[in-house]
Amino acid sequence: MSLTPAELTSAVTGGIGSSPQRPDGNLKVRGEFAYASDLWHEDMIWGATLRSPHPYARILSIDLTEALRVPGVYAVLTHQDVPGQNRYGLEHKDQPVLAEDVVRYQGEPVALVGADHPETAQRAMKRIKVEYEVLKPVVDMETAVDDTPLHPGGNLVRHVPVRRGDQHATAEVVVTGRYEVGMQDQAFLGPESGLAVPAEDGGVDLYIATQWLHVDQGQVATALGLPLEKVRLTLSGVGGAFGGREDLSMQVHACLLALHTGKPTKMVYNREESFYGHVHRHPAVLYYEHGADRTGKLVYVKARIHLDGGAYASSTSAVVANAATLGVGPYDVDNVTVDCWGVYTNNPPCGAMRGFGAVQAGFAYESQMDKLAEALGLDPVDVRIVNAMSEGSVMPTGQVVDSAAPVAQLLKLVRDKPMPPLSTTVDLRDLPGGVSNTTHGEGVVRGVGYAVGIKNICFSEGYDDYSTARVRLQVINGEPAALAHTAAAEVGQGLVTIMQQIVRTELSVERVTILPMDTSIGNGGSTSASRQTYVTGGAVKAACAAVREKLAKLAGGRDPADLDLAGLLGDEVIDETVEWRHRATEPIDPETGQGNAHVQYGFAAHRAVVDVDVELGLVKVVELDCAQDVGKALNPQAVLGQIQGGSAQGLGLAVMEEIQVEGGKVRNPSFTDYLIPTVLDMPPMSIDVLELADPNAPYGVRGVGEPPTISSTPAIVAAIRAATGLALTRVPVRPEHITGT
Amino acid sequence: MRVNVTVNGEPKQADDVWEGESLLFLLRERLGLPGSKNACEQGECGSCTVYLDNTPVCSCLVAAGQVQDREVRTVEGLADGDRLDPVQEAFVEAGAVQCGFCTPGLVVAAHDLLDRVPRPSDPEIREALAGNLCRCTGYEKILDAVRLAATRKADPESAAR
Repeated sequence: MSLTPAELTSAVTGGIGSSPQRPDGNLKVRGEFAYASDLWHEDMIWGATLRSPHPYARILSIDLTEALRVPGVYAVLTHQDVPGQNRYGLEHKDQPVLAEDVVRYQGEPVALVGADHPETAQRAMKRIKVEYEVLKPVVDMETAVDDTPLHPGGNLVRHVPVRRGDQHATAEVVVTGRYEVGMQDQAFLGPESGLAVPAEDGGVDLYIATQWLHVDQGQVATALGLPLEKVRLTLSGVGGAFGGREDLSMQVHACLLALHTGKPTKMVYNREESFYGHVHRHPAVLYYEHGADRTGKLVYVKARIHLDGGAYASSTSAVVANAATLGVGPYDVDNVTVDCWGVYTNNPPCGAMRGFGAVQAGFAYESQMDKLAEALGLDPVDVRIVNAMSEGSVMPTGQVVDSAAPVAQLLKLVRDKPMPPLSTTVDLRDLPGGVSNTTHGEGVVRGVGYAVGIKNICFSEGYDDYSTARVRLQVINGEPAALAHTAAAEVGQGLVTIMQQIVRTELSVERVTILPMDTSIGNGGSTSASRQTYVTGGAVKAACAAVREKLAKLAGGRDPADLDLAGLLGDEVIDETVEWRHRATEPIDPETGQGNAHVQYGFAAHRAVVDVDVELGLVKVVELDCAQDVGKALNPQAVLGQIQGGSAQGLGLAVMEEIQVEGGKVRNPSFTDYLIPTVLDMPPMSIDVLELADPNAPYGVRGVGEPPTISSTPAIVAAIRAATGLALTRVPVRPEHITGT
Repeated sequence: MRVNVTVNGEPKQADDVWEGESLLFLLRERLGLPGSKNACEQGECGSCTVYLDNTPVCSCLVAAGQVQDREVRTVEGLADGDRLDPVQEAFVEAGAVQCGFCTPGLVVAAHDLLDRVPRPSDPEIREALAGNLCRCTGYEKILDAVRLAATRKADPESAAR
């Protein structure tokens, strides 16, 4: 198997609006698609990472003597072997590549071993002697700011206030609540992995599963003390991401070992290490107060949101801004007082996960909307529709929503779907507990719940968010053929398919080859914030336009569409590279949170139908329906796949998924104890896709990936509340929350 | 130790196998067959599912030494040359593949199901695939794929198309 990924072409073709087959689909079903963990190199060695067993400790000494004596060991490295800057981070450079005098979370990398076999590396690791002075960890996000400072600037990563309208508004009806969101894991199936190959120029070639090649490249080069051009990255097959691959994991480590030993070095985490090896979704504590008039119209919303960033900042700053600016949800509210704090603790570092701050807020504000409906005796959908924002609405940041915001329509769509029938026969497989045979229907109560959510699409707050695309057009074997190249990471979502579709539509060619993604071309930006179809799609479209301009010159005044493309091209090779940006955003005011911070907003609504065994606290989600506006479905099949997958992750957060942390220590770092939905947990979905074009976006697209993850969770919890009458203020809902035992 | 095993119909031999190695490691790192996937390596996710003497197993839970003189069939052994197995074909067509890391295991599990139960009901499909985790798709299109493959296999006319 070659280290360089295959160029991808498709037998089944189609332009935008159709659902052609993925160009990597055949390779994937045959088991021949090269994921980062599949790579192999002649003479390669295996890297392993020694991690801190303590959430907070001083390192008194590290003794490598015994480890170095293990036959088959090539190197044992510590922070002293980091040739460049031993600090990295997406937004703050606060994280050491290898710990120096202190460890700030359980699982923090302390030393590296390179050996001839993974087992040799494990055995050597156990012979590294690290003497720790264990310190009392900071674990409470609500008091962390006043606790022992874990970093030089103290424990506040960022505070974002949002102030709009009358800060002392009063209302006839007031509901308050305190909500908690547990720590969710991305649980991508392909573990962190990569292969670093030392190069003759003193640099390194890294084959890696990541979400953002160029930001990795910059951080790796800084840590290695090498110029950028000596650190070359190629995207290997990525087994899912969902935010968990935005930060570095083993990138620098593998390169350090490779450069130190002169041998190609492979690192692959196992599942337990993966739980320690990437950031998670921020756990949250959220205090909300909603004031409304008797008709249910919101008068004010006040919120205080605490997010636990864990030991290092990662993308906490941006997550805080999202939770704050989207904190009241997709509703018109004139008077808003929101404060959101992201803090350092000695808990596992938290950063990006699908929904990115909007998920935590969404659970709280949607729970509040249900509470408000109950206080007023109103229907929960009606109270949402009364307050639903629409195109032209003003966000709490003062930003005017200037494209479709069909919040009321989405709610009506899910409300008006036919209800699944109550089961008339006793099939254990349809009941909570399933074939565990815990009930034959006794104690089972049905409930229905609704929720809607809002998500910003693309990078916000003035970030220079762009992508680079190269498109080449030439005649090959008598047939016009195009080639597209970007550095934008395909992580499973289907960007490679979308790129082909765009090129086919823009250039009227069938044969489109996608080159492997690497750093030989300019930045493609991150595969996050639901942005790649929008931004890299926009870049590919723009590169095609540049190619068309050249074609027009060749045509010399004739319309190229009237000419035979192969004949017009002849021996010409048209090769255009374009950087493409979405419209600019602005930073928000640090005192008031006002500003045009976001590029675009995405909306989805869910209806959940659940059966709850109230005696055992077991939940069966019977149906989970969704309506979402996607602007334009470039690939309808892929759009549905995103909505289904995003909804499933929301279901996981609602009823099962939590990294349980006690005193800073992870209690369940395995798929035995951290549960994600199986095919038995995930119910059928009925989905309505609206295509209300955004005039500012290429083809009118609206980011798809994240919105369904936001509303899925609160809809399911609302349904469980409806079935049980319980308040249920924390996700995931556990059986004991339902049984009270 | 030395391990002799038949994989996808071909005799294979691996030397210097450490006794603690799994069948999954043997396939991926020693026999050049990385199609079976290493998602959890603890028997929870099903990504490493292979046939061992015609029975699907999690290859991460089988010691390499246990396959001595036995037959293993992996995801790489399902297609007939360039022609995909109907299950593989249906996974691509139905959109059941996103990141694809779960796909090899699910393809083998679905292949086994359709061998045993040619026209499974939805509850039967769900039960048969309950040991295979997928994080991308929410499973809807995987169900579509299995239904499609069942139809195709039952009616080869539609498979030929």
